[in-house]
Amino acid sequence: MVPLWAYLFLSAFLFAVGVVGVATRRNALVIFMSIELMLNAVNLSFVAFARFLHSLDGQVFVFFVMTVAAAEVAVGLAIIIAIFRNAETVNVDEVHLLKG
Amino acid sequence: MEWALFLIFALVAAVAAAGMVLQRSPIYSALCLILALFAQGGLYVLLHAELIAAVHIFVYAGAIMVLFLFVIMLLDLRPESHPPVQFNRVGVLAGFVLAGALLVELALGVGPRIILGPRGPYDLETLRMVGNTQAVGRVLFGEYLIPFELTSVILLAAMVGAMVLAKRRLE
Repeated sequence: MVPLWAYLFLSAFLFAVGVVGVATRRNALVIFMSIELMLNAVNLSFVAFARFLHSLDGQVFVFFVMTVAAAEVAVGLAIIIAIFRNAETVNVDEVHLLKG
Repeated sequence: MEWALFLIFALVAAVAAAGMVLQRSPIYSALCLILALFAQGGLYVLLHAELIAAVHIFVYAGAIMVLFLFVIMLLDLRPESHPPVQFNRVGVLAGFVLAGALLVELALGVGPRIILGPRGPYDLETLRMVGNTQAVGRVLFGEYLIPFELTSVILLAAMVGAMVLAKRRLE
């Protein structure tokens, strides 16, 4: 049986890649995908813990995380479309409409 | 056997996730992320969370990533609008420091309780007897009924918000 720490290491690595994506990429779409990746990394920890604790609460929480992720993507992509309509770009460095 | 499958899925997920961050074009990033998500679905099956694996593929690969691809194609970005990816050291460092902190936290805070703590009633034999979907359904519609109903409010709010934000302003 694959031990818990293997899943946790993979989860931490995926989370790190997601943070690097958010911190370094300038394309708003890729930043959103990185956020999805981070949510998924946490989901993986949830399921792994649920399996090793013989509990299903972790799996139920994954459902809630998925719901929030779906809502976040719908609203986030709508915001990106609205920004693109106004600023003609999805590069977050060039979007500074609120700057005085 | 389980180790071999785990290593294959983990490797695919890790490489595809790294590819997502490294790719210059958002469409390749999206395709890499889809591959990573499929590998993660395989890991869920290895963890005997079959229902989660199926829902994960439906929701992520079927809905969320299709939405991403739609938006990428809708925006129709020119190739010259994708500058080469530059990694600043601070970002990369921040990512791995945060992940390391997460691991330490899990190891020190949660780890001992996992090893010594009480186990729930759903071990593999019980799950095999009851069935994974039935067992998750019992928990979801029993103990977690009210949070589950409340998620419908989140979805409604997201639906209305997305429509209001994305539609063209009426004159």
